[in-house]
Amino acid sequence: MSTIALNTSSAIGSAIGNAAAADTGAPVRIAVKNLNFHYGDFRSLKDISLDFYDRQVTALIGPSGCGKSTLLRTFNRIYSLYPEQRADGQILLDGQNVLSPSIDVNELRARVGMVFQKPTPFPMSIYDNIAFGIKLYERLPKSELDGRVEEALRKAALWDEAKDKLRQSGMSLSGGQQQRLCIARTIAQKPEVILLDEPTSALDPISTGKIEELIEQLRSEFTIVIVTHNMQQAARISQFTAFMYLGELVEFGPTTRMFMNPTKKQTQDYITGRFG
Amino acid sequence: MAEHIVSSYDNDLQGLRQRISEMGGISEKMLVDALVALARHDKPLAQAVIALDPRLDVLHREVEENAILTIARRQPLAVDLRETISAIRIAGDVERIGDLAKNIAKRALAIGDDFQPQKIVVGLQHMNDLVLGQLKDVLDAYAQKDTAKALDVWKRDGAIDALYTSLFRELLTYMMEDPRNISFCTHLLFCAKNIERIGDHTTNIAETVHYLVTAETLAIDRPKNDRSIDTTVEAGD
Repeated sequence: MSTIALNTSSAIGSAIGNAAAADTGAPVRIAVKNLNFHYGDFRSLKDISLDFYDRQVTALIGPSGCGKSTLLRTFNRIYSLYPEQRADGQILLDGQNVLSPSIDVNELRARVGMVFQKPTPFPMSIYDNIAFGIKLYERLPKSELDGRVEEALRKAALWDEAKDKLRQSGMSLSGGQQQRLCIARTIAQKPEVILLDEPTSALDPISTGKIEELIEQLRSEFTIVIVTHNMQQAARISQFTAFMYLGELVEFGPTTRMFMNPTKKQTQDYITGRFG
Repeated sequence: MAEHIVSSYDNDLQGLRQRISEMGGISEKMLVDALVALARHDKPLAQAVIALDPRLDVLHREVEENAILTIARRQPLAVDLRETISAIRIAGDVERIGDLAKNIAKRALAIGDDFQPQKIVVGLQHMNDLVLGQLKDVLDAYAQKDTAKALDVWKRDGAIDALYTSLFRELLTYMMEDPRNISFCTHLLFCAKNIERIGDHTTNIAETVHYLVTAETLAIDRPKNDRSIDTTVEAGD
């Protein structure tokens, strides 16, 4: 019986964290400094300091209630819709503190796009879903608008499936297609950062695969932060991973190291399913 | 280490460890008995050694199949992934050790009652004792996840290689003295080589144990002292 000859550590290492290795030489796109977040009296983020690197995918993992979605929502100030929620500290996007009251939140939300777990197409045509956001900020001739819509749909790997039914309702698409529509809608704004909150939790494996493939392609243009419950997904598509627990950042590092040999026992216990 | 939330995951990993432990026990017995059979011209014992090998093959297959199932079912990460991969590697090494011990037993049958120079037999037994110690220690290191013990085994292999080189020279001189010696000396030479290879397999296991615990591979250049590759003996040496 032949022995399996494996150079195990490098073979497994390069398969995790996607083929591209984490580029710690990349510039920092978002720098979180001493961030605290309160829902009323409850402190749900405790003194978080963390860097997100340019054009890298960073995964946020942790058990339910650890604060990962809360953290995500601070980057585009979507929490500020709710008066009892407040953030203190600094979130520097290219050096500018997005928590500052002088920031235009609408402009921020164009620069930092967000895709949610449940696909949220607008109740309008596929074309209008994409054009709506563009038209909010830009006045374009129709031909140019058409081009931008097509570009966004192509980048979201939806053009071929949608090009013949652009006037049909966005809601007529399948779940996976709707999610790609939401991504296309975000990309159309030409953001710098894309936030993904469990984007494939509600999707079947094929749609999940298409979205993961899409994320890998988008990485060359956008900085991506993804919250996911799926360890293997985080291991597959991210270059960096942050593990959070009860509102604190427990460990952060290149995905290869985080999933092959984490420093903290808590991290290893979580990713190996030794506690929830 | 804390248990998995899903207890059958723990059972899967424990199953791998138990099978390797059983394989280790069988291979140790085969190694001890093969040398005794050789030294005492004990044919029934040699046959008993050969009869132990199929069980080793079955266990090896089980370890591989169960490890692959574990990977498919659990998508193990970190220490669990290293443990699963290590089980595959170590089972392979222990199965080869069993094959090499079986080969020694077969040669004991081939030599039969032919004369065996005492010096050579003592040399072989000494080498075998060292290798047996390596095997026991490295299997303990695996069971206890003890990298210091594994590293010690890894370093000690040089002494075994040196012994092999000197046995090689001895056997060459015997063969040159008298052509009637060539037949059994060749068998003894293969036996010595088999023992030396068993020693190499124990260092492979040591490297795997080190990887299992630390997630790092040992440096590639382990000290190697097998000089038989350029050993020649001239008439009159």
